[in-house]
Amino acid sequence: MRFRTVARLLAVALPLALVSAAVAADTPGVTATEIKIGNTNPYSGPASAYGTIGKAIGAYFKKVNDEGGINGRKVNYISYDDAYSPPKAVEMVRKLVEQDQVAALFQTLGTPTNSAIHKYVNQQKVPHLFVATGATKWNDPQHFPWTMGFQPNYQTEGRIYAQYILKNLPDAKIGILYQNDDYGKDYRKGLHDGLGEAAKKLIVMEQTYEVTDPTIDSQIVNLKNSGANVFFNVTIPKFAVQAIKKSHDIGWKPTHFLNNVSSSLGTVLKPAGLDASKGLITALYQKEITDPQWKNDKGYLDWVAFMKKYYPEGALDDQSNAYGYLAAQTLVQVLKQCGNDLSRENIMKQAANLKNFELALLLPGMKVNTSPTDFAPIEQEQLAKFDGERWMLFGELYDASKK
Amino acid sequence: MTPRSRPLTLALPLVTLAVAALLPFVLSNFRLFQFTQVFIYAIALLGLNILTGYNGQISLGHGAFYALGAYTSGIMMDRWNAPFLTTLPVAGAVCLGAGFLFGIPALRLEGLYLALATFSLALAVPQILKYFEHWTGGSQGLVLSKPEAPFRLTLSPDQWLYFVALATLVLSMILAWNLLRGRTGRALIAIRDHHIAAEAMGVNSALYKSLAFGVSAGFTGVAGGLSAGAIAFVAPDAFNVFLSVTFLVGIVIGGLASIAGVVWGALFIQFVPNWAQDISKAAPWAIYGVFLIVFMYTMPRGIAGTIRTVWARRRVNVRSSPAKGGPP
Repeated sequence: MRFRTVARLLAVALPLALVSAAVAADTPGVTATEIKIGNTNPYSGPASAYGTIGKAIGAYFKKVNDEGGINGRKVNYISYDDAYSPPKAVEMVRKLVEQDQVAALFQTLGTPTNSAIHKYVNQQKVPHLFVATGATKWNDPQHFPWTMGFQPNYQTEGRIYAQYILKNLPDAKIGILYQNDDYGKDYRKGLHDGLGEAAKKLIVMEQTYEVTDPTIDSQIVNLKNSGANVFFNVTIPKFAVQAIKKSHDIGWKPTHFLNNVSSSLGTVLKPAGLDASKGLITALYQKEITDPQWKNDKGYLDWVAFMKKYYPEGALDDQSNAYGYLAAQTLVQVLKQCGNDLSRENIMKQAANLKNFELALLLPGMKVNTSPTDFAPIEQEQLAKFDGERWMLFGELYDASKK
Repeated sequence: MTPRSRPLTLALPLVTLAVAALLPFVLSNFRLFQFTQVFIYAIALLGLNILTGYNGQISLGHGAFYALGAYTSGIMMDRWNAPFLTTLPVAGAVCLGAGFLFGIPALRLEGLYLALATFSLALAVPQILKYFEHWTGGSQGLVLSKPEAPFRLTLSPDQWLYFVALATLVLSMILAWNLLRGRTGRALIAIRDHHIAAEAMGVNSALYKSLAFGVSAGFTGVAGGLSAGAIAFVAPDAFNVFLSVTFLVGIVIGGLASIAGVVWGALFIQFVPNWAQDISKAAPWAIYGVFLIVFMYTMPRGIAGTIRTVWARRRVNVRSSPAKGGPP
């Protein structure tokens, strides 16, 4: 009797154990019922304002799980605080990979933190998908075949403005104001590269500021006095408000290109004054959630419904919450495409095989595309002019992958 | 010291060391990496403890020396392909010099004023590092290769780094012990307790204070150099003000003016934030704060101080009742 029970138990347990061992051997982080996804975000420290992205992503996976998961598997989302510190990011990512055994890393946030883990994840051959940073170096499938970017990078955006200037403003005298770090320099390089030979002739002055400066008033006065009639404004929100106000106050009326980083109506244009902001030009890829033109848009309304149900404490005027939602939707698409083969190789293969994937919070007509040689998912942007109330999109969608 | 306790006080560190030397063959690489970090922090804490614990000078800027050490190692490996081990003494020497020089103006400041002056160091250094972009890689930092074990030792990089950090820690502790148990140690403590009395007895207060600053920065610099190898990346964001505060937390929790205490302090600053995060995702730093308060309330003299007290009390008990614990 007892022997039989044991034998019966063994008969059931052994094949199960063998199967799960076989599965575990080549697909870490995946069982018949769940898939483990790892993430690091700055929930504390100097960049903690971005931590809401990690929370919005978690909320979206909760929604996915409530609706039955992906191909029958629930997403087990493990997100740790790295405090925006590179050593902490290394420790937490090693914990995710070696101890928690996640199938893939997703949306790890920050340029310095991702730089610190870049080599490691590629040596370990762990998918390192849709990193949350605008630096240009993540699109390098030849040297880093396991790392993939997400949003359009700063250089691409700089090139878009350059193309517009070359085509439409032949008498341009360009003045640039940029933040003296990688972010500012990436934009500047994009503009220079886009202008090509003409750069030397067209750019009449370049001014910089430090992120710790109290004001940039003198830089604006210098730019005005240089006779520039085009202003390329590469500043973060706090300084963008100052720049828009100051140039309005001293009566400088250039064609004013404002970088996407500061395109928020709620945090930049309203504080700077809607009247002073009239005529600004920027490049967009997401629907600006504080812009009244989207208030009846289905994509926007779906997002609001999601926020209210799954992340009620999240702010409805913080674009980061929309960004996290976009990124999570993209990963879900990749996992859907994987079907039942959730090996790390196949996750990477499917991430590099997104074809005309559409997201409701991207601008109308935009599509996400990747390939084995193109690890930059979102490469389209469209110019928009501020009419005193909303961003009016104009011209065609620019596609960096086709240029 | 009674004859009976001498073998015990010697045996305990040796057993601990033996266990530590065996860990690499038992633990996973990730755990090894965490313990490597503990050893590195312990060396930095040892440096700070010489200054603050033994000499009574408060520093809120030791993160700056840690950064300087890390960049010294990082630049040597990145620019000149220097072997990792050779960069550590250089990192220590550079920081010793920098610490000594900083110690001279710091002589005029005491207590809170010195704390503020060193705080400015912690604030300024990450920005200054960005300025020398050609050497430091600016805000992008320097991506390094993880040091491999030399002489065809069959150790994984994690095991190798663990042993290097462990050996450096043991060496540093022996050095510090030798420095502190004799004249120099007595002079440092005398200055801490009553600097006028110390000077009256002929202690050159100015020299010893700047020396303490230099030696302290030197140890912390070596720790920084080790961290550059272990993380294989240096960037200004790794050395913010919070790091300096963390070091201060470490020596107070571990035990001021205690060499063994730095290991306890290092264990605390490495593992407690992680536990706090495991307990509550929503408010990890509130939990961390609770841990801090509980530790300070129950062990006001730090972990090492409490162990010493408990140990001393036990010995008194043993001696007063020889029938229970004495040799037959």
